[in-house]
Amino acid sequence: MPKEQGLVSWKQLAPGMYILEPGNSKKFKTGDWRAFKPVLDKDKCIKCGMCYILCPDICYQPDQEGFFISNLFYCKGCGICAAHCPKKAITMVLEEE
Amino acid sequence: MRPELKNFKPFTMKNLPQYEGFAQGHRACQGCGTVLPLRLALKVLGPNTIAVTSTGCMEIISSPFPYTSWEVPWIHVAFENSATVASGIEAAIKALKRKGKIKSKEKINIVVFAGDGATFDIGLQWLSGALERGHDFVYICLDNEAYMNTGVQRSGATPFGAHTTTSPAGKVIKGQTTWKKNLMGIVVAHNIPYAATANPAFPLDLMNKVKKAALINGPAFIHVFATCPTGWGCKSEDSLLAAKLAVETRVFPLYEVIDGKYIINRKIDKPKPVEEYLKLQRRFRHLTPEQITYIQQRVNEEYEKLIKLAECFGEEKTETKQNQEE
Amino acid sequence: MAKKIAKEVSVAVAEAVAQCNVDVISAYPITPQTHIVEHLAELVNNGELDAEYIPVESEHAAMSACIGAAATGARTFTSTSSQGLLLMYENLYIAPALRLPIVMALVNRSVSAPISIWNDHSDVMSMRDAGWIHTFAENGQEAVDLIYHAYKVAEKTLLPVAVNIDGFILSHVVEPIEFLDQTLVDKYLPPLKMKYKLDPKKPITIGAIGVPEIYTEAKKAQDEALKASYKTIVQAWKDFEKLTGRKYLPVETYQMEDAEVGLVIMGSLAENAMNAVDILRTKGKKVGLVRIRLWRPFPLKDFIKAIGKVKALCVVDRAVSHAATGGPVGIEVRSALYQSNKRPRVLNLIAGLSGRDVTKEDFVEIFEKTFETLAKKPSTPYEIYGVKE
Repeated sequence: MPKEQGLVSWKQLAPGMYILEPGNSKKFKTGDWRAFKPVLDKDKCIKCGMCYILCPDICYQPDQEGFFISNLFYCKGCGICAAHCPKKAITMVLEEE
Repeated sequence: MRPELKNFKPFTMKNLPQYEGFAQGHRACQGCGTVLPLRLALKVLGPNTIAVTSTGCMEIISSPFPYTSWEVPWIHVAFENSATVASGIEAAIKALKRKGKIKSKEKINIVVFAGDGATFDIGLQWLSGALERGHDFVYICLDNEAYMNTGVQRSGATPFGAHTTTSPAGKVIKGQTTWKKNLMGIVVAHNIPYAATANPAFPLDLMNKVKKAALINGPAFIHVFATCPTGWGCKSEDSLLAAKLAVETRVFPLYEVIDGKYIINRKIDKPKPVEEYLKLQRRFRHLTPEQITYIQQRVNEEYEKLIKLAECFGEEKTETKQNQEE
Repeated sequence: MAKKIAKEVSVAVAEAVAQCNVDVISAYPITPQTHIVEHLAELVNNGELDAEYIPVESEHAAMSACIGAAATGARTFTSTSSQGLLLMYENLYIAPALRLPIVMALVNRSVSAPISIWNDHSDVMSMRDAGWIHTFAENGQEAVDLIYHAYKVAEKTLLPVAVNIDGFILSHVVEPIEFLDQTLVDKYLPPLKMKYKLDPKKPITIGAIGVPEIYTEAKKAQDEALKASYKTIVQAWKDFEKLTGRKYLPVETYQMEDAEVGLVIMGSLAENAMNAVDILRTKGKKVGLVRIRLWRPFPLKDFIKAIGKVKALCVVDRAVSHAATGGPVGIEVRSALYQSNKRPRVLNLIAGLSGRDVTKEDFVEIFEKTFETLAKKPSTPYEIYGVKE
C-alpha cells in the first residue's frame, strides 16, 4: 500500500464530495496562530459591542453580565478589538508559551 | 422611494442581528478585513440564504475539506462565473416555487461573494449578463485590490502606484501604472435598482446596505472596500484603520445609487491628506512625491465628480440618518 | 398507437425537452444548435412550457447557470456546439464532478481553426475525459428518444448526459418523429428528487477544496459512478422499450454475425455505411457495421462481442487527434481490442470532417481498402481519408 493515503475511504465520501455538516470548521483550532491575546479591563468596558462586531474571527460573545469575552480557542490575536475599543478597555498581551 | 425600501428599519448598535452565518475556525489571516464584511453580510441575510463564492481567498479559507465555515447552503464553481451560477439558482427557485416543488413562500436570499479579481477582471462579463437580465440577487464584491489568494498579483482594481508582484515597484516602473477601474460606474450603467459602496470600518452602514440590497426585488450590488494586511503590508491591528482612512481621505467614498439617484452617505468636506492613508501600507512606500501628488489630485477629482453626480442625479439630502456611525 | 409527425429534428428535440417538464433552460445561440433554443423560447413565451429561460451571455455562462440551477434541484437543459462547447470547457469537468444531472444536446460541429459551421465530431471528442455520459443519435427518432432517456439516466445516476446530434445533417433535416405520449413521459420520468441540494433547510457545502489528502478518493468515487451508470443506462433503455417497442443497445450491429470485415462508426453517417454494407452483400462480400451508440461509459464488453469474428476492422473517425496513434475512436477501439483476445487488422480512417459528404460509394471504397489490409498492414496508424493531394 502506498505510504500516502486519503483522509477517508472513497466509499464514505458524499457524492460530489459535498460537505454535509454546515459550520464544522468550529472544530478547528485557530487559537494557536496568535502571538498576542486580548485582555479585557471590565472597569473600562461599556459593553458597546464594537469588539463583537469587528472581530473577523467571530470570537466575541457576551457573558451573563453582558461583557464581551474573546474565545481564545479561535482568537488569532490580530488586535483589531483592542485598536477599536472606544474606551481602550482591551489590551493585547504577549502569549506566555 | 422604492416600495421595498419604503419602511426600511435600519440596524443600530442596540439592535444588531444576532445570527452568525459564518463559523469560527476559518483560515483567514489575522486581521483579515475581507472576511469581516463577509461575516457581517451573512449576519444580516440570515439562514434563509444561498451563497455563491468565486475562487479566491474567501472560498479557500472557508472550505478546506473536510471543514466548512458556511452555515448556509453554499456553492463554489469556478473563478469568473458566480454571478451566473447565482442566476441559475435564482431561476431554479423561481421555477420550483411556481411549480409547487418549493412549498415555502419565504424569500430565499441569493448572495454572491466575489473578489476584485473575480469581479473587475475575469468575471466582468458574467456580472454584466446577470445584472442585465435582472435576476433577484445580491452581488457583494470584496475588493482587496489585488489577486490576494494567489500571492498579491495586480488586478483591474489595484490602485495607481501600488506594488504587487505583477506590478512591482521596480527601478524603472514604480508600481501599478493605471488608475483603478471604475466598477461602480459600470454597474450603475446597467440601471439596476441598487448599487452601493461599503466599508467594514463602518459596520452599521455596511450591514444596513446589505439589508437594503436583500430587500430589493432585482439585482443589488455592493462594492466593499476589503482590507488585506498581508497583501498591503500593514499591521493586522491597522486593518480597519486603513479602511477608515480610505473613507476619510476620499479614496473610497461611501455612497448609494438607488434607481439611478446618487446618495452620498458620508460627505467628506475636510478630507485628511491621502498620504496618511498611503503611509500605513508597505505597498505604497516606494511612491515618489510626484506619484503622491497625482494620487491626491485624482482622488479629489473623482470625489468632485461624485458630488456633481449627486447634484445632477440625486436627492436633496446627502447624508441619511440611518448611516451615521456612533 | 402514437402518430408519426414530420418535424425538423432540432424542433423535435426541443419538443421532447419540453415534454420532459424541464425547469430551467440556459441558452446561448450557436450554429447549428439555434433552432433548438429558438423553439424552446417560443414554447416558453407562448405559455406552452412552464420553465425559466435564461438567455445567457455566453456558453460558459450557459453551463454555469445550469450548474447553479441543477444544484438547487431543478431539471435543466442546455445545448451547444463546437466553439461554444470549448468555451464552457472548465464547467464540463465541474458538472460531473459535482454530480449534477444536467442534460445537454450537443449538436456536433467542427472546431476552429479554420472556422467551420459544418458537422464532424471534433467538438465532442475534446471532452472525452470530462466525465459526462455520452450517447450518439443516428436519426431524428433516436435523437428524440435519447432526450427522454437522458433525463432518466442523469437523474438516477446524478451525472450529466450529452446527447450527440450531427449538426445540419441531422439537426436540420425533417424526419418522421413519433413523440412519446405525455402520460408515458410522466410515467418514465418521475419528478426530480435530489437528496443533497442547495436548500436553506438542509445547508450543505458544494465545491470544497480537494486537498491532496482527498482528491484521489473524490476522483475514484466519480470514476466508479460513471462506470456504474452503464447498468442504469441499459435498464432505462429496457424500460423505454416496454413503453414504445423501440429497442436501444449500447452498441448496434448490422450484419455482423458472419462478417469478415467490419466498420465501426458513430452518429448519422452510419446510415450511408449501412447502404454500403447492403451493396457489398449483394456482391457476396461478408461485411458488417458496428455503430457505437454509448460512447461514455465506453461499453467494452458490448463492443468486443459486437465485432464478432472479423479479420479486419475499419474505424471511421470524424475528428482528428493530431499526431496521436489514431483518431479518438480508433485509439479507443485499439485499446478495447487489447483488453481482449481478438486481434483483427485495424484500419483507422478519418472522414467527413467539416461536413464533407461520405457517400455510400465512399463507404464501399472504404470497405474495399479494409479488405486490402488483410494482405498488407496499414502503413500509418491513421489516415485522413479523401484528402486532395
